[in-house]
Amino acid sequence: MRNPLSDKVIDIKPSGIRKFFDLVQEMPEAISLGVGEPDFDTPWHIREEGIFSLEKGHTFYTSNAGLMELREAIAAYLKRRQRLTYDPAHEVFVTVGGSEGIDVALRAMLNLGDEVILPEPCYVSYLPCVQLADGVPVTIELKEENEFKLTPEELLGAITDKTKILILSFPNNPTGAVMSRSDLEPIAKIVVEKDLFVISDEIYAELTYQMDHCSIASFPGMRERTIIINGFSKAYAMTGWRLGYAAGPEQIISQMVKIHQFAIMAAPTTSQYAAVEAMENGDEDVQMMRNSYNQRRRFLLQRYKEMGLQCFEPRGAFYTFPCIKEFGLSSDEFAARLLKEEKVAVVPGTAFGDCGEGFLRISYAYSIEELKEALGRIEAFITRLRAESR
Amino acid sequence: MRNEILKMLEHNSRIDLHDLAIMLGTDETIVVQEIEKMEQEGVICGYPTLINWDKTDTEKVTAMIEVRVIPQRGQGFERLAERISNYPEVKSIYLMSGAYDFIVFLEGKTLKEVSMFVSTKLSTLEAVSGTATHFVLKKYKDHGMILIEKSESNRMKVMP
Repeated sequence: MRNPLSDKVIDIKPSGIRKFFDLVQEMPEAISLGVGEPDFDTPWHIREEGIFSLEKGHTFYTSNAGLMELREAIAAYLKRRQRLTYDPAHEVFVTVGGSEGIDVALRAMLNLGDEVILPEPCYVSYLPCVQLADGVPVTIELKEENEFKLTPEELLGAITDKTKILILSFPNNPTGAVMSRSDLEPIAKIVVEKDLFVISDEIYAELTYQMDHCSIASFPGMRERTIIINGFSKAYAMTGWRLGYAAGPEQIISQMVKIHQFAIMAAPTTSQYAAVEAMENGDEDVQMMRNSYNQRRRFLLQRYKEMGLQCFEPRGAFYTFPCIKEFGLSSDEFAARLLKEEKVAVVPGTAFGDCGEGFLRISYAYSIEELKEALGRIEAFITRLRAESR
Repeated sequence: MRNEILKMLEHNSRIDLHDLAIMLGTDETIVVQEIEKMEQEGVICGYPTLINWDKTDTEKVTAMIEVRVIPQRGQGFERLAERISNYPEVKSIYLMSGAYDFIVFLEGKTLKEVSMFVSTKLSTLEAVSGTATHFVLKKYKDHGMILIEKSESNRMKVMP
């Protein structure tokens, strides 16, 4: 038999998180701080709207780009929160989660050999999606001393004459870093000067603490160069509904919709009806969840301080990214031993890029009781490690 | 700050005040002072525990009684409400709009005990013109807490 597989796919490294996932599966009693999704149930009024839509018999495809009512709600949201204007008919479409938006944007924009700049640590799908779209990933190692923000110098150093796209994802998974308006301004200037495009993954836009999210699309000359990726998973605790959206200039969006219509057809109808309710009446839920995450964030940072674990203060998403370099273990070893010895699952920083070595991603999308228990175990573990090395 | 503290305590009155202060980004001494003040002012009225008695071997019967009254001249509903409140069997009493005046929640050991209380104590009060007793068969949610067993969460342990 001939080789049934594509060389391109074979060459893609399996997600680093997978290996760890298997390890945790063998230990069902472990406490996990390893999940990248909200611990809240989807608010009931949103679920109910999904149920109503089924009762009313809304069981058919929607238009390829998604329900017009939902696209209008998305455009209104972007106007209200970011003062960005998009035409719901041509510049917004509904995707199967933010992940589809990333994939489709790259496929719509890349030609063979085009370079895509990926500031790491970052979400696990960007790099393989670039490779699948025949692009060349160029990674930048973001630094803890810069609070894992992208600096203009780092960006300039990575740009070549083949560079086409910069993928930005702030608030960031896994670091929790946020880039403010003043942090983004010089980045936007460079993007315009060098004639680049930005795919801006803003899935955690609603989850910032003591500061508001700023979209890079809102800088002069950036709207026509930016594809905003966002969705309902994180803000409204709707991960299982698989619903996101992309917004950008018609020239790019129309080609993305073309791929979407052939690959996906349309996003799930039930989820779209629920999402309309989320956009129109979900502000209070978002506020409640944001408040709760912020309380847990403070709790975690205080506990790190008490146990002497170094961690920069994250301002967004629901992750902390503490540094474990003092223990002389790799991230993988540390996470594996923590799991084995204290039955706490966290994700090694290396799952999000090589420069995540020496860090862990610890999520606070868990109840205070769970966090308290898990942090107690982590403290016991690092106390033991320190005693061992003495 | 007060509202934040109250929201947290309403959900869990046994929360560690040290943790509570961290979560709200303030000092423990401030939280303790605020709580003391609110106790004195009667904003915080107590710290009872929500118990699902169905899971114990103690027999309990809860009833909801609609009470219609003839308001007394010059006293309105207040005096009667105070009188009814004094019975230890009465868990709650609220003044209502609509077809009746008070709603009274009673707790007793048996149906008979509750019925006897209504017929001998409540109905015989001079100002009470009528009652209707409804027994609680099952509690599904109480004080914002869902009491029925939830299916186990199938959330994954590790996800990017």
